Parts: sequence; structure tokens; C-alpha cells
Amino acid sequence: MLGPMANGMVIEARGLRKRYGQTVALDGLDLDMAEGEVLCLLGPNGAGKTTTVEILEGYRRRDAGEARVLGEDPQRAGPSWRARRGIVLQSCEDVVELTVSECVRHFARFYPAPADPEEVVERVGLSSKANSRIRSLSGGQRRRLDVALGIIGRPELLFLDEPTTGFDPEARRLFWEVVKSLAASGTSILLTTHYLEEAEALADRVAVVNHGTVVAVGPPAELGGRQSAPATVSWLGPNGWQREQTHQPTALVRQLAEAFGGEVPGLTVARPTLEDVYLALTGMGQAQPQAQRDDQ
Amino acid sequence: MRHALRAGGPQRLTAPARLQPGRPMTPARRFVGACLARGEVEVKQYFRSKDAVVFTLALPVVLLALLASIFSGFVHGTTVHFSQVYTTGLLAGGVASTSFLNLAVAIAAERENGGLKRLAGTPMPRTAYFVGKALLVLVTCSLEVAVLLVFGHFAYGVGFPSSAGRWWVFAWVTLLGATSMALLGIFLSSLPRSARSAAPVANLPLLVLEFISGVFVPFTALSPGLYGFAGIFPLRWIAEGYSSALLPGYFQQLEPGHHWDHALMAAVMAAWCAVGLVLAAKTFRWTGRGER
Repeated sequence: MLGPMANGMVIEARGLRKRYGQTVALDGLDLDMAEGEVLCLLGPNGAGKTTTVEILEGYRRRDAGEARVLGEDPQRAGPSWRARRGIVLQSCEDVVELTVSECVRHFARFYPAPADPEEVVERVGLSSKANSRIRSLSGGQRRRLDVALGIIGRPELLFLDEPTTGFDPEARRLFWEVVKSLAASGTSILLTTHYLEEAEALADRVAVVNHGTVVAVGPPAELGGRQSAPATVSWLGPNGWQREQTHQPTALVRQLAEAFGGEVPGLTVARPTLEDVYLALTGMGQAQPQAQRDDQ
Repeated sequence: MRHALRAGGPQRLTAPARLQPGRPMTPARRFVGACLARGEVEVKQYFRSKDAVVFTLALPVVLLALLASIFSGFVHGTTVHFSQVYTTGLLAGGVASTSFLNLAVAIAAERENGGLKRLAGTPMPRTAYFVGKALLVLVTCSLEVAVLLVFGHFAYGVGFPSSAGRWWVFAWVTLLGATSMALLGIFLSSLPRSARSAAPVANLPLLVLEFISGVFVPFTALSPGLYGFAGIFPLRWIAEGYSSALLPGYFQQLEPGHHWDHALMAAVMAAWCAVGLVLAAKTFRWTGRGER
């Protein structure tokens, strides 16, 4: 039997399977996560992200497969294991009459070696709200309180399931800073998200989940062979817009520069974006124009 | 632009230092600490919703005042006023609403809004949650019973328990009654499909029990069959227990068994504690029904 994290892995999952009635949620999913890593699960709704995370958190039982989280099987592990991992859940509707500081101090009492509640409140940027009732917090502030409750036990591993859904762009960036500072302090973080830019901003590696399996995994810049995919060069030629796919974009640009005798009108050189790769991997390539419209 | 981001106050997000540990504690102290922490939070939250406190405490008092004004006069052949019988009945009703109804509704809500899931995700000993609920019921139930007792005393001349023995009966009826009803409330919290339906789902059986157990209708006006049927459930015995602690001794002649059988009352309530515990333990879920 493996000792606790004998190989420096905080998560090892092999062949995870889960069905809900006729629906197959997980179809033999494999996942590895190294200590200190920020790993992002990316995938469409119903791909199996939340089921995966809940199995690894210990909330849900798997039908088949192996899972080790911090060296233990999450569906058998006890309170001392729960103290080593933190979970950020959505919104504290149950404790709205407490103040921020009371709530964080309350949760600190469940852990063997909790962080200083005041420091945690400060870390998530809620110091000025420490004595406000949770009822009075904005959505973004509540989510930061959720993070505070997730990290109060000084977890080695933190789970963040779609943490910024419904955030405005400013709140999202602020939240990213909190996550980055946690990662910088050595906390391993498993994150799920719908947002590609979030994965790109935070993740060391991205695992794309579709139909209950991991279809690709790698650093965001290399996912799906992105870095070696042909570049698309486009420019405004004499007969209108022209584009060409090439593995030697520099050479093409040089040729164009010579042909135009200097500046190439409307020149762009683009590699596939993470979105292009993601849409191709999840079989939603046709949906691309739609997605682009949504961005505008 | 930057200041617009700072609605939450001063930020200090750059410090990469790992959070330092606070004071470590032994497991035993942590267990007791977790239980007390739960109790503290439950009671604090309850008393901070001031309108809820006032209205839940006031409801049995208002019902008592209404019923006592509708059914005036003496119970046939006695010097016991209907208002005094109602006081004992509504004491039982007050116990039922602060334990059974409050827990059924509150736990269903916590299950739906993720409060239970969050607690289950921490190393909190699961027992601590239930200890917290028990402390809450103890506080609210004692308060409710005290308010009714004092109101009944000054408004309708219901005597306080006249001996140490009667005080003892009053105390154990409250404690055992509240425990049995609280456990049934925890069980009931698992039945509704959503938090919104928890109140109606809990209210129907409670109202039926209250009508047939001598809470809203004096037991002297109920058919023996119906009142006998109510004897299967704990509420009737809670009401009878309060009668035995507060009403003149000869009043027991009117009971179907012609006397107040404390052993039987305690046995039925204790049996329901056991049934409630099994049902609650078998059905309790830390996550919502819709989640999968």
C-alpha cells in the first residue's frame, strides 16, 4: 500500500465510474495531480467535472475505480483527512445572521491547527467587513468568505468548484489574485471552471473533461498541441482579405513584407486559442461562431 | 479604477507566506469545543432573527388567549377552568413547535442551502451538529414553556407546580417530550422534496396530532376512540404530563384511565425517542435531494 503521498501526488484517480440511473456521468476517468500544482478541470455542463470533484472531496461514492487523495481513499477517510483538505462551496445562506469574523472563527474551531481567523479574513480582503453580518455582503464578498472558510484549516489541498460563476470581471480578477497567492504559498488547488481565461490565468495544467473522461491534459499553452499547431496569417491583399495556414509564419511575413515593400496592411498572426482547442476537443467546433458572437 | 475593486476593503493579496497555525488543541477538547461552537452559533443565529423569535414565542400564547376566550367556563363537574386546561395543552403545543416544527423546517433549509454539506466537508465531528441542535431546542423550548407558564399563571390563575415532585414531573415531561419531538422533527426534515415544502409537510401531521391530543380541543370533548388513537403518539402524553404537574389532583378522574400514569407517559415518550432516533439516523442526509 502506498504511504501518504509517497510519490508527491496529492490526487491519483484511476478508472472512476459513476452512473445516475441511465446517465453515465463518469466513464473511466483518470486524473493525477502533483503536490503544489494548480490543476483546472475544464469541460461543458454535464461533462462530469462536479461528479469528479465531489468523489475526490469525499462527498460522493464512486461506482468503480480507484481514488487516492492526500494518500487516502476519500470515501473511507475520516476527520483527520478532512482537516487536511479544504473545500470552497457556494454561499453561506445558513449563517447569514453571523458576522464575517464570527463565522470564520466558528469554522476554525473544527480544525486541529487552524490559521488565525483575522489573518484569513484579511487575506481574502474582507477586513473592512469583519464585523458586518453575512446577510449584508455582496455576492462577490460572500464568495470570498467561502474561500476564507475553505482555507481556515490551512489545507494542503483546496477544492474550488466553479468559484467565479456569476462574478463581474473585476470581482473575478480580485478572486484570481487570492487564488494565486494561495498557490504561491504552496497550497495544491483543484479548480473547475467554465471560463477559459480563468483556466489560462490560474492553471499550471488543464484537464479537459468530456463525456466522463479526460480527453486532453497539459499546460494551457500546450493543450491539444497548441504550441505546434499551424499559425494563421491574414492580411488585406489587393483582392481583399487573405489568410494562410503555415508552420513557418515568420518566413511568410517576411515574404509579404517584401511584396508590399514595408508595412503589410491588416497583418495578424494567430495560433489556435485555448478556446479553439477546447471547442475542438469537446466536439463543439461548429459552435465556434456562436461562441465568438457571445464574446462581443 | 483600482479603488473600484476595493468594495471589500483594504486588500493584501500579495503576501505569499503560508498561513500560520493558531492554537492547537487535543482531540477531546476539540470535540467539546465543536459541540459548544455549534450550540453557540445555533442560539446566536436564532436570537438574531428577532421577528422570528417574537412571533414563534407569541404564537402559542396568542392561540391560548383565543381558545380560552372562545371556550369559557368550567370543565363539567370541576372547578377547573377551560383556560387552565388549555394552558396545559398549549404547553405541549409549544414544546412541539419549538422542537418538532422548528427542526423540521430549519434542517430542511440547511440541507437545501448547502449549510449541511459545508459542515460535513469540515472535520467537525458529526455529533457536534446534533448537540448544537439539542442546545438550541433546550433554550427555545425552555423559553417557550416559561412564557406560557407565566402567562397561564397571571392570566388564568394556573398554579405553578405545587410541590418538588410536580416540578420534577414538569421538568422531565418537558425534556423527554422535547427530545422525542425533536428527533421526529429531524426525521421529518428529510421527507420534503424542497425546503419550501418543509413547513406544510411538517404542519399537517402536527396539526392533526394537536387536534386529537388535547392541545386545541380539550380531551374531555374528544371521542374515546380518537383520544385513544392519539395515545400512540407522544404529544398526548406530553399534554397529560403537564396536566398532572399543574392541575388539581382530582382532575385525573376525567382521564380515560382515571389516573395520571407517569410510568406510561415516560415509557411512550422514551419509546418515541428510540423510534425517532432510528428514523432520524436512517434518513439523515448531509446533501440535498436534487444533488447527485
